[in-house]
Amino acid sequence: MSDEFNLSPAQLDALREIGNIGAGNSATALSQVINKRIDMNVPKVALVPLESVPDLVGGPDVIVVGVFLRVYGKAPGNILFLLPQKSAYYLVDTLMGKHHGDTQKLDFMDESALMEIGNILSGAYLNAFFTFTQISMLPSIPALAMDMAGAILNVVLVQLGQMGDKALVIETQFLSEDDGIDGQFFLVPDPGSLETIMKAVGVE
Amino acid sequence: MPELIRVGMADYKVGKSPATIISYGLGSCIGISLYDPQTKIGGLLHIMLPDSTQARASDNPAKFADTGLPLMLNDVLKLGAAKNRLVAKIAGGAQMFAFSNATDIMRVGVRNAEAAKKALKAHGIKLIAEDTGGTYGRTVQIELDTGVYKVKTIDKGEKEI
Repeated sequence: MSDEFNLSPAQLDALREIGNIGAGNSATALSQVINKRIDMNVPKVALVPLESVPDLVGGPDVIVVGVFLRVYGKAPGNILFLLPQKSAYYLVDTLMGKHHGDTQKLDFMDESALMEIGNILSGAYLNAFFTFTQISMLPSIPALAMDMAGAILNVVLVQLGQMGDKALVIETQFLSEDDGIDGQFFLVPDPGSLETIMKAVGVE
Repeated sequence: MPELIRVGMADYKVGKSPATIISYGLGSCIGISLYDPQTKIGGLLHIMLPDSTQARASDNPAKFADTGLPLMLNDVLKLGAAKNRLVAKIAGGAQMFAFSNATDIMRVGVRNAEAAKKALKAHGIKLIAEDTGGTYGRTVQIELDTGVYKVKTIDKGEKEI
């Protein structure tokens, strides 16, 4: 595999479908946990220059909460669930049965709850991924940080940066029915994983 | 309002007073500034990785400390800075996520800081200030009028180095 990879329309479709099934499963799981309807958009699949990735989340200096999980298995990669600060607080309020607006900063329990959400979303996503591709993958334990989006994305971009100059990003946006929670779920396969995934779904 | 020059990740910009060069949201990345106090010419380089020889082929030398620095150095000299007057400051190199089994890639912030210093030394440029490490993101800017290097964080305040 070369350092720069290009995608055919059939490959893009296959990845979009994987994203769709995965994120659909995740949205259902999240919806059950918080007892609200969760809408999702059609997943975006794109090959993005590394330096442009922060623009996908509104710019490098936007403050976000990020839950990061490394994905292990035959098609390794990274998962990042990003929430704008306000959305993260709203989600914590919902999870902890507090009034909306109560959470003004994240304590240990709040962080733990958000990491568990990252866990649930990733588990659901990867389960669907397995059903579709027969590639079994496991997420690492989650890690959480609240900071500038650019800084948080570094952890993913650095790994890709050693292999090339572009990131393959499968992104889905989750929106709760009351608009309080607006999160972005990213699956970023390692460059070498693309081939494995494509073979598994029969697209060359 | 003096000109504000924005530097993206894996990129660098040079300029002269009264411009300010800024780069937003550095995590494990490092912002290396160069400044000539006499001509008030300087530059800011935003590197992602320490060493181009440890990575696969890249079209972008500004991504690495070892190949990015000579590029920026060349451009500030072309603008009229004198090499023997140049001073450097660095900031960034955080570890954003704490993992118990931190691999090399997680420690990239530390390695970036080391590589930045090594590259500066290799080119004979004096490092006069640094703000590296920690677990938080930084926005950095070099004010070419004064040479002040400002480091902003979301909850650790703002400092000038």
